Amino acid sequence: MSEGLYSMEAKDYDKTLDLTKIKPYGDTMNDGKVQLSFTLPVPAGAEAEEAAKQLLRKMGLENPLVVYQKELTAGFCFMNCYGSLTHTVDYTTIHVPKVESTTMEMKECDEYIKEHIGRQIVCVGASTGTDAHTVGIDAIMNMKGYAGHYGLERYDMIDAYNLGSQVPNEEFIAKAIELKADALLVSQTVTQKDVHIKNMTELVEMLEAEGLRDKIILVCGGPRISHELAKELGYDAGFGANTYADDVASYIAQEMVARGKR
Amino acid sequence: MNREDVKQSDMQKSKVGLDFEQVAHARGVARRIAQQVQDFVEGYTTVAVERTICRFLGIDGVDENEVPMPNVVVDELKSKGQLGNGAMFFIGNAMVETGKSPQEIADAISQGTLDITRLSIHPEAEIEAALRPVIGQTIERVRSNRLRRERYIATLGEGKRPYLYIIVATGNIYEDVVQAQAGARQGADIIAVIRTTGQSLLDYVPYGATTEGFGGTYATQENFRIMRKALDEVGEEVGRYIRLCNYCSGLCMPEIAAMGALEGLDVMLNDALYGILFRDINMQRTLIDQYFSRIINGFAGVIINTGEDNYLTTADAFEEAHTVLASDFINEQLALMAGLPEEQQGLGHAFEMDPALENGFLYELAQAQMLREIFPNAPLKYMPPTKFMTGNIFRGHIQDALFNIIGQWTHQGLQLLGMPTEAIHTPFMSDRYLSIENAKYIFGNMKDIGEEVEFREGGIIRQRAQKVLGDATRLLEEMESEGLFSALEKGIFANVKRPRNGGKGLDGVTLKGEHYRNPFVELMKGKK
Repeated sequence: MSEGLYSMEAKDYDKTLDLTKIKPYGDTMNDGKVQLSFTLPVPAGAEAEEAAKQLLRKMGLENPLVVYQKELTAGFCFMNCYGSLTHTVDYTTIHVPKVESTTMEMKECDEYIKEHIGRQIVCVGASTGTDAHTVGIDAIMNMKGYAGHYGLERYDMIDAYNLGSQVPNEEFIAKAIELKADALLVSQTVTQKDVHIKNMTELVEMLEAEGLRDKIILVCGGPRISHELAKELGYDAGFGANTYADDVASYIAQEMVARGKR
Repeated sequence: MNREDVKQSDMQKSKVGLDFEQVAHARGVARRIAQQVQDFVEGYTTVAVERTICRFLGIDGVDENEVPMPNVVVDELKSKGQLGNGAMFFIGNAMVETGKSPQEIADAISQGTLDITRLSIHPEAEIEAALRPVIGQTIERVRSNRLRRERYIATLGEGKRPYLYIIVATGNIYEDVVQAQAGARQGADIIAVIRTTGQSLLDYVPYGATTEGFGGTYATQENFRIMRKALDEVGEEVGRYIRLCNYCSGLCMPEIAAMGALEGLDVMLNDALYGILFRDINMQRTLIDQYFSRIINGFAGVIINTGEDNYLTTADAFEEAHTVLASDFINEQLALMAGLPEEQQGLGHAFEMDPALENGFLYELAQAQMLREIFPNAPLKYMPPTKFMTGNIFRGHIQDALFNIIGQWTHQGLQLLGMPTEAIHTPFMSDRYLSIENAKYIFGNMKDIGEEVEFREGGIIRQRAQKVLGDATRLLEEMESEGLFSALEKGIFANVKRPRNGGKGLDGVTLKGEHYRNPFVELMKGKK
């Protein structure tokens, strides 16, 4: 168990930061330290430890260390492990598609809408399909908001409608037409077996069939949603973890202006 | 000690300075609110109630299109405009007329060879005589399941309270068995099999063992049987009775209660208002359905869990705490009206305040202690943090630890263990292990803290408890003058507004007709 632990050996690797070759950081630049935990479907013991170490090496981890193991039930061994990663990536060439807008605070955003659009923006949101989780759409829309970011209902210049959960796409679209929605917000929390992909794609197809797709701003959000995925599925923007109502409101307002909508 | 003595002694030692006269007043208001609902409920039946009766008469299986036979029978009655007279009357009458069993009658309806609404009507006594043995068998089966549980607890023993409650949610009942047995070996006392997303909105119960689900596993009678057997096995192995929990909510509330009663389930989510607020099920439908489902759960010795915790994932946990208490009061009264005793009322609440809130732990502790004292005989169901679980599993594990401290401190009944990976995925086997280890460590290490620590007169904790009780009492008083239906229309709970005639399932509600009968109410309500 002492591999690498309290090692007095000289650290003979280059300790300067090179953004073209970055790797994880423990307490020394380029030490590559990674922590992992997983369960192997074998009994606890020396063989389980060796199996874990071999797996770690295959992942590109040097000095693999199994610091804790516990048999959860017969034939399933849980482990906490450490190792030093040999792989690097070039940070300087990375490009990630992002929502291109500047996030404004609520007041600022209200002012912006007043000045550039001159009327309330109608936003209709729902957790659609079979998804029963309201936590995502509530965090964005409810008056109270989430983690100090007020929800869209509190914005003076946004007319927000939260339809709640398990809203079928047909109903969602009917409501959008009835309320003359400028923007539709789709929340998806359950993503097991990609159930969200089918549902989200269906909405886009239905909007296209109704001739509505180009007339509205269509955004989606959820813990497993990225902007990249959203674009792929035909949405205008996607909001993942750690994004809030002000990110969404700012995007919608700026996108309305960019499209010359009044 | 009888109940009055318990209340008396609690009254002398409220740790949070509650005024028990105010509690009694609030309870009285809730009773009157529930009575208004009850007066409405008793005049009606629903498709779900009638399908439940079919199941209790032994009608099971599916037709060639996978339609469950109870649906075949009840849809037939509904299409003939005879739902109001109920399945019991028509099946009983058909038994007299044809000499067939309820299942054979259902098969004949399915094949189109029998119209039970057009048979000549036999004398009441003959119908009753035909039904009596079938009804008796069902009552005996449910009772024997209850005795089986009691015998197990007497011989094997059970975990200490708070019971450690974990979920399995693989979608595949056979995989669920592996996860559940592992959880029991690690120390879990209750295994809940999460239902697949969307099942609550199905107006039928799927049939047979299932291996495909999204975020959960279908509740079917066969799946109940498979898991019951697995938990009995592992219970004998670990020397502790392991309780099985499922979800008695949605459009099939009483049917699931019946299936659970027939297969020996121990715990059921069974809230009077949850489906209305969070599944947009019509309020009339749900309130009628909850009544029969609770009669069944009461008779079967099932602990019900109510869903107040869900209010706080939508509304703010600090500002809306009094709505949780108000709803617990109403759920308590509706349960009592269905004959479900306090000892089986897992009234719900949750640890859902924003971790950034200064003194949040003190407020949570105050509320948990307050509920403990207001509902002294109820095995309170305490739900872990979910809303502010961020994906930072390391902080999440600490949030769960704070939650566990309060569970032990205030003697909660069912501790629904939080998982560090909440908001990331349905639990891995190792997530459950870490959570159980967390809870057991705290429950042991802080075992008697509740008996050792008192709260300062006029301090934050006492003030908080008194304020929440005061706010809840005022809310109940408002609701009494409006009635529960219009309170729900105005969005008093969870800030969710629901119209009286809106939502799903209203077309399955009907007034009871002149021939209507459901002897199970009489035989089960408030009985053992």
